Amino acid sequence: MSLHFKLAGAVSGIALALSAGVAQAEILFWSTQAKPVEEAQAMREQVLAGFEDAVDYQPNDAGPWLTRLSAEIQSGTGTIGLLGALHGDFSAMDPGTLVDLGDTGTMSASDTFNSLAKLGTDSMQYMPWMQASYIMAANREALQYLPEGADIDALTYDQLIAWTANVHAAEGEPKFGFPAGPKGLKHRFFQGYLYPSYTDGVVRTFASDKAVTAWEKFKELWAHTNPGSTNFSFMQEQLLSGDAWIVFDHTSRLANAFNERPDDFVAFPAPAGPEGRGFMPVLAGIAIPETAPDKDTAKALIDYLMQPETQIATLKATNFFPVVDVDLPDDLPPSVKAAGDAVAKMSGSADANPGLLPAGLGDKGGDFNRVFVDSFERIVLAGQPIEAVLQDQKGRLEAIMNETGAPCWAPDAPSDGACPVE
Amino acid sequence: MNARLLPYMLILPVTLFLCLFFLYPFVLVAKQAFTTGAGFTLDNFREVVSYWKFPISLKNTLLLAAAVVPIQLALSLLMATMVTRMEKGRDLVLYVWTIPLGISDLAAGLIWLAIFEQSGFLNSMMHGMGIVDKPANLLTFQNPGLVFVAIALAEIWRATAIMLVILVAGIGLIPKEYYEAAEVFGASPWKRFVRITLPMLRPSLQTALVLRVIMAFEVFAVVAALGGTLFPVLMGETYAYQFDLLNSGAAAAMALVILAISIAATLVILRALRVPKGATI
Repeated sequence: MSLHFKLAGAVSGIALALSAGVAQAEILFWSTQAKPVEEAQAMREQVLAGFEDAVDYQPNDAGPWLTRLSAEIQSGTGTIGLLGALHGDFSAMDPGTLVDLGDTGTMSASDTFNSLAKLGTDSMQYMPWMQASYIMAANREALQYLPEGADIDALTYDQLIAWTANVHAAEGEPKFGFPAGPKGLKHRFFQGYLYPSYTDGVVRTFASDKAVTAWEKFKELWAHTNPGSTNFSFMQEQLLSGDAWIVFDHTSRLANAFNERPDDFVAFPAPAGPEGRGFMPVLAGIAIPETAPDKDTAKALIDYLMQPETQIATLKATNFFPVVDVDLPDDLPPSVKAAGDAVAKMSGSADANPGLLPAGLGDKGGDFNRVFVDSFERIVLAGQPIEAVLQDQKGRLEAIMNETGAPCWAPDAPSDGACPVE
Repeated sequence: MNARLLPYMLILPVTLFLCLFFLYPFVLVAKQAFTTGAGFTLDNFREVVSYWKFPISLKNTLLLAAAVVPIQLALSLLMATMVTRMEKGRDLVLYVWTIPLGISDLAAGLIWLAIFEQSGFLNSMMHGMGIVDKPANLLTFQNPGLVFVAIALAEIWRATAIMLVILVAGIGLIPKEYYEAAEVFGASPWKRFVRITLPMLRPSLQTALVLRVIMAFEVFAVVAALGGTLFPVLMGETYAYQFDLLNSGAAAAMALVILAISIAATLVILRALRVPKGATI
């Protein structure tokens, strides 16, 4: 045997041993969360490194995430061990393709989250994993223009509009920033903030007179909004660049601004309308697909991720808050403190009007969001008459609700059967 | 090996490859477009065509193609003629001109976004030269015209080279004797271009136009980078159906609509630029 052959044999032997080792020990964690490189790296090094087995954490966009998952489910065999995604991603799936998690012994501290996680079945299909919300943030420079008598922790929409108008007049350019870009979360603002605050509903009140007022108010706000907002998706960028001084966004999409220059920005609750201070949680969960190669390890990983210490490590890595009861340590990053305070003030305010995530829509969640995004594009960007647009979009919304049979969720009053659009 | 069978044997691998990875998926997509789980239906088509953005995205796609392709045709003809007349450095110029061809279309869109955005090169330059007081936001919903111009510019920059390469090859095939004869009869350079180059170039023009027009109907990444949601096009809507709405049936229907438009355009081009029977170069 020549040296050449010996070498080749040795190399292929090592390669085989390595690949066998990888196949046995590593569990693939296929996630739509913690996508930015720093967050993904923090997940690997600070959260998952402590698990007994090696975890291959792979975050992805929702499209490719679902494409691979569907392919594995269709073929009946898979390599994905654990799924991490938003409530909306899971509710678009067939619950039959997920392993029942009712017997794992862990669950979140929130009954609402635990029942959302059942996806309309009798037992938990995914485990509530971490939560966030949407808040407002402002550059400290803007505080001097707050209208007289306005308390930044208890703003109304009228005061917000007056404030942004003051900034606009003083600085000569509109400085309100709204995540209306292609990847922006604008639909959540309408579903969880504007509509609940003005109409005390989302579906029932979609085309009501109060909804017309809400859109009129939003148009007033839009007049003082940076017109580049249709390209903004992560408002931390515009806060840091100074293109926007007062913004609305997801807590984890504002985190970099607070972490990079904690003294320059303030976080505060979303404003209130005539029907209260509407706001909405974001819920991410973890689940095991039926095709997972090693379900026991996956369950052990779920158990590990739900431990209070792991939840705190996850908070530091991703800016998503724990869903189990924990004592928060003092050494949290500035973004977590700022966001935590704002969310606490928002949910603790006297006029709080909390909404829930859309539930029961199945794979029509995207169509539901589109109703609101289209209304925004037609009313605000294209300047079409509000009543006509709402009447037109109402048909689409009704069709979605009737097709899915989804009952109303808060703040809409409960319904028998599909939630009606009144 | 039988000499008559050899050609078929040689194209067999490609044919198999195409059947497996093109024809078969195509049949699946077509099936998906015409079914919704309950047999044959046109519901998917009804759904995508009745959506309020469909006419807008159709208009935008056609308008973009109508604006970009003629400019590219003229430019690539001009560039091809220039290149063929060059004695020295011909290869170098060709390489430089075809650089955009090697860049992915999303990267091309991002390059132009870096030029046009609020803190981009154009704004910094105008600000530095004192033309504007402060960087203005150019690509906004208030300036739909400017968004269109930016997308058209990026498309022209990116995809003119593909036509250029085809036309340069085509011009090289035209026999020199025609030009010599024309010169003997005192034809001006313009006359020679119109009477010799253009007619003799028909087959290459056909190929170049068909390729380019199909690409124009499939425009997506450049538009997504520069226009975001401000400039809906057919391909962007297809993407939204597939990945935002998880509606593969509607996405397949949109894909077939784009295919139909491409086939129609191809037929028109083939017919308009057909080489008369018996004529050869």
